[in-house]
Amino acid sequence: MTTTRLILIIAVCAVCTMLTRAIPFLVFRDAEKVPKIVLYLGKVLPPAVIATLVIYALRNTEVLTGAHGIPELIGVLCAGVLHWIWRNSFVSIGVATVLYMVLLRIM
Amino acid sequence: MKRFAIIYNFILIKEIAGAILIMFEKRKECRILKKILSYSFKRSQPVMYGYLFLGITFGIMLRETGNGVFWAFISSLFIYAGSGQFLMCEFIADNAPLITCGVMTILLNSRHIFYGLSFLTRFNVLGKKKWISILELTDETYSVLCFTEKDNAHPLTMLFISLFDHSYWIIGSVIGNLIGSIPFDFTGVDFSMTALFVVLFVEQWKSSGYKLPAITGFVSSVVFLLLLGPDNFIFPSLVLSSVVLIFTRSLYEKNEAKKKEVHRA
Repeated sequence: MTTTRLILIIAVCAVCTMLTRAIPFLVFRDAEKVPKIVLYLGKVLPPAVIATLVIYALRNTEVLTGAHGIPELIGVLCAGVLHWIWRNSFVSIGVATVLYMVLLRIM
Repeated sequence: MKRFAIIYNFILIKEIAGAILIMFEKRKECRILKKILSYSFKRSQPVMYGYLFLGITFGIMLRETGNGVFWAFISSLFIYAGSGQFLMCEFIADNAPLITCGVMTILLNSRHIFYGLSFLTRFNVLGKKKWISILELTDETYSVLCFTEKDNAHPLTMLFISLFDHSYWIIGSVIGNLIGSIPFDFTGVDFSMTALFVVLFVEQWKSSGYKLPAITGFVSSVVFLLLLGPDNFIFPSLVLSSVVLIFTRSLYEKNEAKKKEVHRA
């Protein structure tokens, strides 16, 4: 592959990624003229997006083969319960990740 | 593109140089800035491990296509999208047509379109700098930034958290490309990203009385994951969530009105 070709591929990927991020700001350039329904969506979407991202992060879990997703399930429960009790993200994420890595190796 | 790249680079360097200058010039402001920086660093820390690891993985993948550290740095600086850059490695390996690269990247990253909606007005306080924060809206940065509003954090924290996260990603991919393989078995570190989303989910669940958005997002993504499989579900799922939330707007307003009444009483 030539360098020009490589630059072109990187450039196309970069511009397309930037585009997906910038579209809302390009469409609603004037912040004062943003339709109320869009502002409302912006306000209520974060919890929906975060819930979706939890599923997105787990999307490639193999439920039918291998460890049947048990390490993932325990890891998620561990992070959730720890955070529910202590609300210290450092502890919740750290312990859940280590536990998951251990489970992955013994199961 | 090259011109745009130079401008983007220039803004980034100017921003960092400006921050350092302020630190030297004004002591009082320096103290505030230090506070903002340490708060931003604390907030960005949960993202650090995941980004370093995934960055390293990307660096290794790019090296396997025969490209060195300069290209790892450039792609992480300008693209800055986890799954997008993994896909790019495949494009490079297959020498895929540019139109394929473009369409696939847009499809893969289409979920980002929804992220900006929450920051249409919030980013305005940053002035022209808002474009940096806009181009850095990854899944993780978006999720973390959603919580800075409740903390009443300084507007600049939004910018600094974005820059911290981006630097972890760049550092990771440079390291990965240089070492070429991981000497230890790190498999599973990327679970820290999953755990981060779980933690943020719990956080917002506890802090908000209006649970419908979270439930909608959860149910719709599970349904679409089962229907469409792991590669194509996220965009339709977010569209459905938005439609449901638009139609249930009156419920949200009732809830807000109730909250105000309780507040008054």
